[in-house]
Amino acid sequence: MMPEEFESVYQVLGKDFSNAGKVSTSIKDTLKRMGINPSVVRRVAIVSYEAEMNLVMYATRGKMALSVSRDAVTLKVDDEGPGIPDVSLALQEGYSTATPEMREMGFGAGMGLPNMRRNADEFDISSEVGRGTRLFIRVQQAA
Amino acid sequence: MVAQYHHSLRFDVDRCDGCMSCMRACPTAAVRVRKGRAVKLADRCIDCGECIRVCPRAAIVPLTDQMADLSKFECKVAIPSPALYAQFDTEIFPGMIFSALKQCGFDYVESASPACDAVTIATEIFLNEFRGQYPLISSFCPTIVRLLQVKYPEMVDQLLPVLAPREISARDAKLRISKETGLPPEKIGAVYITPCPSKIVAILEHPGMQRSHLDAAVSICDLFQILAAAVSRVQESEFRIDAVESASGLSWSFLGNLPRSLPAENTLSVAGLANVIRILDDVEKGRLRKYRYIECHACPEGCVGGCLTVENPYLARGKAIKLQQSLPAAYIVDRQDVEASYRKKEFLMDEYLTGRPLRPLDEDISRAIFKMKERDRILSDLPRIDCGACGAPSCRAFAEDVVLGEAEKDSCVFFWQRDLEDRIEQLANLVRIQKQTTGGLS
Repeated sequence: MMPEEFESVYQVLGKDFSNAGKVSTSIKDTLKRMGINPSVVRRVAIVSYEAEMNLVMYATRGKMALSVSRDAVTLKVDDEGPGIPDVSLALQEGYSTATPEMREMGFGAGMGLPNMRRNADEFDISSEVGRGTRLFIRVQQAA
Repeated sequence: MVAQYHHSLRFDVDRCDGCMSCMRACPTAAVRVRKGRAVKLADRCIDCGECIRVCPRAAIVPLTDQMADLSKFECKVAIPSPALYAQFDTEIFPGMIFSALKQCGFDYVESASPACDAVTIATEIFLNEFRGQYPLISSFCPTIVRLLQVKYPEMVDQLLPVLAPREISARDAKLRISKETGLPPEKIGAVYITPCPSKIVAILEHPGMQRSHLDAAVSICDLFQILAAAVSRVQESEFRIDAVESASGLSWSFLGNLPRSLPAENTLSVAGLANVIRILDDVEKGRLRKYRYIECHACPEGCVGGCLTVENPYLARGKAIKLQQSLPAAYIVDRQDVEASYRKKEFLMDEYLTGRPLRPLDEDISRAIFKMKERDRILSDLPRIDCGACGAPSCRAFAEDVVLGEAEKDSCVFFWQRDLEDRIEQLANLVRIQKQTTGGLS
């Protein structure tokens, strides 16, 4: 028997603040229905929410691909957007490029990417200025 | 093992005509309509009472106690929810309502205000000394506790482990009356005058406590008629001076009752289940870390909006505020006394709250993954207009029911119609082929 894997792709539009957060809520509810360990669900919820908000705030559009297997929950994020000129700087806690509007909404503490990395077992980021950013996040299910 | 949950609502099959109002209103998708009657899914129901509000045929019966049920107690003490006072006109004071409650058959009436004030102080002490994960979420509303247990099981540790004022009132009243009368506490029935059915569940399941100090709950709407008649007969000379209420005690009945010790920007007040769910989703996603305390009410505007009250929640809130203006602003309990009792753990829950997550699609992850794929495949065949004709509140819920073997795919009228159209087309094709081979001789 093939190892089962559940996959679902979600589209996110940049600047669509009225729907911001819905994808990560949907991801979290889907994981709960599959009986995924609550602490894994919570970590994925945090990671997917940060990823979704980054898309909404910075990108033109993007997609978030969730896949769930017996061993792990994986999230691949792929956006069309401005890209990040200095990835290692963006990964530092407290570094932020948030506009005053974003700060008014409670973002821009410079914790987005660091927070994602902290909650992931595997984390990879690549970015091209003027094209977009790709993220790979894997959260391991407890053995 | 199937866990047994207590519930405070009963669906009356003789009255239900299957109109689906409750199914559409249920915030946790706990209602299905099967064979033309509404059915409750016990593991999903959190006893919020939204179904009671919308049922046009009064087919959902709250399982609160009736006055006749109380005769089993040798001595009865009423503990009115502060929301009770807001049901009456503003010239009716708590003292008159106390006398009226006694005329209705209660031996004693215990004001909830001292306990409300004490719990407010205890909460401030707890928050001050707490060094765990924020935000803490209020636990006085039993529906909120149940919501976390069912939908956010990994967040139950964030529920404030301080007892609800109604429990403190019941405990103190029993002790005092027992001392006064010599009756053993178990002969004294502590009866909450409740704005909602969820307090019944809290009495039966006593989350966070070894047992509840309350013994019964009578609803405001059941009691209102005889109570209002009794109020109109109360003479001024009969005003009870033991109706000691405080302005801060009354503020427990509506939205915005926050610990004064915390800066306003670190607290939140939320009412109405749909709003509470959105806020808890944000807490779960780590968005609200700067908040330290979130006050959550399941009902609109708080307890004044309970589904077993009689007054419009907004008018009731206005009346509660008006009444507050005539009451002392200061706490009516002594802070040092409360602090001493707090140190003796008299205000804290004595059991851990535990989650009771919904049963997943399958206990085995591989099979659950398979079923989730199956659910999405079925869902892609459905119209996604959530018409409800199949008896499930949404196409998604229906797809899940099908995967779990609790519904048939053909119950969807759209799916069935499309299936029929396909078959008709196949038959027409067959007829055409037959005609071609026979040259239309038939």
